[in-house]
Amino acid sequence: MADIGNVDSIQMRLLEEVANLHEVPAGAYNIRVNGKLAERVNSANIEIVSKEEGEGIDIRIKAGTRNESVHIPVVLSQSGLTEMVYNDFYIGDDADVVIVAGCGIHNGGDKDSKHDGLHRFFVGKNAKVKYVEKHYGSGDGRGRRIMNPQTEVTMEENSYMEMEMVQIKGVDSTRRTTKADLAEGAKLIIRERLLTHGSQFAESGFVVNLNGENSSANVISRSVAKEESTQVFIAEINGNAKCAGHSECDAIIMDNAKISAVPKITANNTDAALIHEAAIGKIAGEQIIKLMTLGLTEEEAEAQIVNGFLK
Amino acid sequence: MLTLENLSFGVQEERKEKEIIHDLNLTVGDNKFVVITGPNGGGKSTLAKLIAGIEKPTQGRIVFGDHDITEMNITERANLGISYAFQQPVRFKGVQVLDLIRLAAKKKLTAADACVYLSEVGLCAKDYINREVNASLSGGELKRIEIATVLARKTRLSVFDEPEAGIDLWSFQNLISVFERMRETVQGSILIISHQERILNIADEIVVIADGRITNHGPKEEILPGLLGTASAVDACSRFYKGGK
Repeated sequence: MADIGNVDSIQMRLLEEVANLHEVPAGAYNIRVNGKLAERVNSANIEIVSKEEGEGIDIRIKAGTRNESVHIPVVLSQSGLTEMVYNDFYIGDDADVVIVAGCGIHNGGDKDSKHDGLHRFFVGKNAKVKYVEKHYGSGDGRGRRIMNPQTEVTMEENSYMEMEMVQIKGVDSTRRTTKADLAEGAKLIIRERLLTHGSQFAESGFVVNLNGENSSANVISRSVAKEESTQVFIAEINGNAKCAGHSECDAIIMDNAKISAVPKITANNTDAALIHEAAIGKIAGEQIIKLMTLGLTEEEAEAQIVNGFLK
Repeated sequence: MLTLENLSFGVQEERKEKEIIHDLNLTVGDNKFVVITGPNGGGKSTLAKLIAGIEKPTQGRIVFGDHDITEMNITERANLGISYAFQQPVRFKGVQVLDLIRLAAKKKLTAADACVYLSEVGLCAKDYINREVNASLSGGELKRIEIATVLARKTRLSVFDEPEAGIDLWSFQNLISVFERMRETVQGSILIISHQERILNIADEIVVIADGRITNHGPKEEILPGLLGTASAVDACSRFYKGGK
């Protein structure tokens, strides 16, 4: 396979971090570098088109497309760049696809770099989607690395979507909002993993509307807040029909960090079964002791526990 | 190999110190299989924690091989060759059984290598290797994984705090054979806190601890008949405690 064109080494490293890309990916892809399209490839079943107005792309996946993937990573390596993109995904009925998005910012300068995005998913009947979104920041400039992703999901009858959202390092400020509407029999699973350190701030808000009969949602967040960082997790599930909803926030707090978990469940139907769980606590002392009896230092033990928790 | 010299340990309780271990002296020889037994609350678990470094003695010395380890922390003792199996094993969200065994072995074992240790403790390895060490595991499963982590370390001294606690009868049969095998194959000393006659029965030496003191210590042949035949019999003890004290 060939190298990805128009991409320098810093940008390549960001691509590896956010999309596991080492070379040209299989399937369709669209790579955006410093606010511009770097490379795009369509497949027979997946078409990526730039929007006529404003920044962003439409990704159209034909009905019945099976076992294909779409990569749409974004990297910013120019300090001070601010962008807002609108990406719309149209996933045809009965399709079964993997979509890998992600944003990496390297900011070595003094100006803030910011990537805001609105991703809208229209998931067709019986379609199955796995969506992976990773955020990563690097660079030692004073300029902050800011990402504010918004995601809106509309799921038709009996569709299935699994979203994995990961932000482990280097993003100074994030406000994430995710909104989903589920029709009859649709199923949504969201797994979020978040680690903040330094003076970072991250807020993650979910609103899931279970509108159709037998729809279900499971929102699972695991996070670790270190040093002086702050996290806010808001999960709102509205049960508007016979449905099942579950949200879970499990957080480890360290040093001088602050974490809020705000679960909210609303049943508008007697057959809505909704559960929320939220737990915040520091690493259990005996976990550290156990790993120390295996010969790890206290710091190594802590790192292992955090790694495992966020795995 | 391990020597406890004039070891005392106390805790602060309502402004006065309560002593749990009193001026205790004990030597565990090389490659010996020693079982510590005695009534509940007698200080056995505390003694195990003092050896592992989880608690620090208020007085006395602990010598391991050529090293005075009294002031050493848990990690330093572990790296010198002391292993400790918890009476109540710890759960870890997200950490897989394989991760834990690899950490214990201090090398990147293949899944197949790690499976050997799980099979040793009677777990069907393929069912467990990728499981998380979390609340989805039963007490008995956790306990066996705990023992597997100690086996994987292959250290000069392994301390087990009531390995039979929380294990069902069926698993207990396997557990005994684990210790029997360990006795034959492990190069190093094994110190087990136990109330079980079958574990006492495979000991080289038995130490009886009550009220923070050693009340009896000697070869199994000398100590065991006395334990089984008198009011201090281990089974009788456990009946006594179950009886509502």
